[in-house]
Amino acid sequence: MNYADLFRVTLPETALEVAALLVLVVDLGLLRKAALKVRVVVAALLGVAGCGAALWGISLQTGDGLYVGESLVLANGGGVAVAQIGILILTALTLLLLIDSSFTRHVGEYVAVVLMAATGGLLIASARDLLVIFIGLELLSLGLYILTAFAKSSGKSAEAALKYYLFGGMSAAFLLFGFSYFYGLSGSTNLAKIQEAIATSGPSPLFYIAWILVVAGLGFKVAAVPFHLWAPDTYEGAPTPAAAFIASVSKVASFALLISISESWLRIGERCGPWPQLAGILLVLAAASMIVGNLAALAQVSVRRLLAYSAIAHAGYILLGIAFIPGDVSSSFLVEKAVLFYVLTYGLTTIGAFGVVGVVERATGSDKLDSFLGLHKRNPVLAAVLLVLFLSLAGIPPLVGFWAKFNLFAAVLGAQSGPTPFALVALAIAMSAVSLYYYLQVLKRAYVMPAVDETPIKAHPVTLIVLLAIAAAVVVFGCFPALLQGWIASFYI
Amino acid sequence: MLAWTIYLSFAGALLLALLPKGRPALARWLAFAVAVAGLALAVAGFVTGMGQGRVVIVDVPWVPSMGIHFLLAADGISRVLVLLTGLAAVAGVLFSWNIELRTHEFFAFFLALIGGVYGVFLSFDLFLLFVFYEIAIVPKYFLIAIWGSTRREYAAMKLALFSFAGSAMVLIGLLAAYATAGSHSTGLIALGHANLPVSFQMWCFPLVFTGFAILAGMWPFHTWAPTGHVAAPTAASMLLAGVVMKLGAYGCLRVGIALFPRGLDPWGFSFVGIGSWRDVFAVLAVVGIVYGALVALVQTDFKFVIGYSSVSHMGFVLLGLMTLNQIGVTGAVLQMFSHGIIAGLLFAIVGRIVYERTHTRQLAELETMHLSKRLPFAAWAFVIAGMASMGLPGFSGFVAELQVLVGAWMVKPWWTAAAGVGIVVGVAYTWRVLQKAFFSDTLPSAHVLEQEHAHAFAPITWPEATGVVLLGGVSLAVGLYPKILLDAIEPAVKALLAGGGQ
Repeated sequence: MNYADLFRVTLPETALEVAALLVLVVDLGLLRKAALKVRVVVAALLGVAGCGAALWGISLQTGDGLYVGESLVLANGGGVAVAQIGILILTALTLLLLIDSSFTRHVGEYVAVVLMAATGGLLIASARDLLVIFIGLELLSLGLYILTAFAKSSGKSAEAALKYYLFGGMSAAFLLFGFSYFYGLSGSTNLAKIQEAIATSGPSPLFYIAWILVVAGLGFKVAAVPFHLWAPDTYEGAPTPAAAFIASVSKVASFALLISISESWLRIGERCGPWPQLAGILLVLAAASMIVGNLAALAQVSVRRLLAYSAIAHAGYILLGIAFIPGDVSSSFLVEKAVLFYVLTYGLTTIGAFGVVGVVERATGSDKLDSFLGLHKRNPVLAAVLLVLFLSLAGIPPLVGFWAKFNLFAAVLGAQSGPTPFALVALAIAMSAVSLYYYLQVLKRAYVMPAVDETPIKAHPVTLIVLLAIAAAVVVFGCFPALLQGWIASFYI
Repeated sequence: MLAWTIYLSFAGALLLALLPKGRPALARWLAFAVAVAGLALAVAGFVTGMGQGRVVIVDVPWVPSMGIHFLLAADGISRVLVLLTGLAAVAGVLFSWNIELRTHEFFAFFLALIGGVYGVFLSFDLFLLFVFYEIAIVPKYFLIAIWGSTRREYAAMKLALFSFAGSAMVLIGLLAAYATAGSHSTGLIALGHANLPVSFQMWCFPLVFTGFAILAGMWPFHTWAPTGHVAAPTAASMLLAGVVMKLGAYGCLRVGIALFPRGLDPWGFSFVGIGSWRDVFAVLAVVGIVYGALVALVQTDFKFVIGYSSVSHMGFVLLGLMTLNQIGVTGAVLQMFSHGIIAGLLFAIVGRIVYERTHTRQLAELETMHLSKRLPFAAWAFVIAGMASMGLPGFSGFVAELQVLVGAWMVKPWWTAAAGVGIVVGVAYTWRVLQKAFFSDTLPSAHVLEQEHAHAFAPITWPEATGVVLLGGVSLAVGLYPKILLDAIEPAVKALLAGGGQ
């Protein structure tokens, strides 16, 4: 390893960290006396600039990534680059949503923590070594706990953060325990080396135990059933921009990590014949998440909790894709691309959804279904954005959510034939038909039912522009899915 | 040229959605202009397409990685159904002339629905067809939920969920077909030649067919139809019965039958006379015909009568499809057109002309109103529409149902016999509502006459008269000279039955 390589490969992470420090210096040093509004704008813009610099850093990357000795520690390019670019763009969007919020006076700290958490996200997307993975994961998770608790005057926020923290601590313990088994079995912390060692020694019960422990730890990060219990409370209690960050950026990063770990294990099958039931645990989580998420969402009256359960359901669809990543490299890319397409577009849509919920919540003081009554009269633009985003989440064409599902399910069926994938895809499609009901419950209040209060709801122009841009992206990528597919595919050459 | 019907409708919908509020007249005329332009294009496409087979209109790659093309084409069946959509759109706008609540939004959803319907009829790519099919779901929901009447939110949600469940079944089947065929084209013609394994077709066909048939009102999945039709505003019931149910039937034909022809083969064993999926669906269709007619016979709400009659008439379409012979399937397609026109006319009379003046649809109350005297135009329009609906010679329904019955006789005579019962009951329920609603023979006393004179109904407006003349005229014209449509339908059906189109 030489330090010039390390610097080159971690340029995006470095850029984010520098931006985080810069935000702290500017906000706590130069702008101490300035009005809160000015500080929010400056901090958010600095954060966005940091994301921009990190994107530029990604564009400079060449080669496979960073090697220590012969083992790859940080990967570059391909799916990693797609996930990292997604993380940065989504982070920038959640920072822009901050401009309109007033839950905290400590904006400098907020933005700095967001940027550091995003750094953790970038790290876990690219890490190929268990220790680096764990460091990145903790960097991300600790940031998320702090962000959840950031509305200091809100009891709900503190409660949510505590729950999130306790669940998170436990899942980190599971993960670490699993990692230690992997190390014990192979004598290495590097994914490729572990893969090789396991492939030569053959399957052992201990390996399965370690795998289940790791899946439990990561299942918590992506809110898969039965490790999902933190999600509704956290989504409900966290300040809106923080909830949007948890729902999107953290999801993208965690799924990127899950892809890289699953792929290394599933590819063992290529060397010494398929291993029975390795993906089975993922399938169980996927099916459980789809069913529980969609059915529990039917009963929600809080839109944030509804979004949380819908997130659980979507995690189920994505896990289904990951479980069917085939062993051989070239066809695994097909499924991987479909999964990334899904994760990125889901993250984008859900940020928009939280943006709308945030504006409505500020105006009405609640995120209950009934606070959306008559939204089409109170703010037609916001209502139209909500319509587009929720229909996309439900998977109605020609919006991007449809193609995400379609792409993924077609890839799953193409990757493996037989009754299992087919039955699970059928379950997923049937469950997404269920989901239309609860998305329509919100839209029904926005468009159909009479308004109780007709005073217009005002949204900050920046928020409005961000939301419109997201809605426009959802429509454009929905009408021309090939644009996004082509962009993702361009990283795999 | 026909492709512009789609673009124009969606552009009109977008324009109306962006239009500033508070200009209802402008919204109306704009929607009317778009609908008329669509009809003009449909007529022009029909006329220029005469004697031609399948013509590709647009073919550009859409999602190259999956081989999905934006492939629009038209054969005789498409052209006839596009023509029907154009007519239904114009009539729908005419009969919604009195919408004052959120006018521009109403017409925006209306045109979006119409655009989706045009799209389905013109798509020759499996997934493009599916996309347009799903686009049509959302506007339907809002049209009923916002502007509807009786239990509108329930009916709208029921309709949306039935449609979405149906399309989920279709999507499962289509994805499975795509994966099984392993081809890199999703064109209907290409997939039709993919020679899917018979065992696969055997289970995929009923899945896809049922998914589409839910929207065609197949018994026992028809329950969305009467509630949906009754709750919907007039124009939406006209569209629901007129074209949306046809989307389902069209999907059954174009995707179900054309893609999985072997799915209709005999199973090799038979159980109580049922030995193939074809028998299963034909029996369901016959049950739908008789059941719909019998239930229509006892309704107390005028609109429910028409709603159940739609279930009955759509049964003929499905029965015609299951005959799988030239005459039966031709009859089914003609019945789609014919029922689209006639159901539209019936819903317009009941939901708009009568209801807007009497504010009731209860037959018991209408009985006391002497409508034949007070609304002679409505009464005679309903007589004509009723005769068409009964399938009297001279109207389009006669030719269509006759062909279906002949086709069914050639397969299994008892299908025809049972469906014939449905026709007889059809005469009975039409007669019953005609008599109850318009020609009840209780003579008004002098006092009542005076009162009625004092509260005279609003005169028939020009949009109403135009709409009735348009729909009635078309039904009559097709009834007297069916060759005009049959010339287009027959070759297309022949090609389709011969295997996946030309």
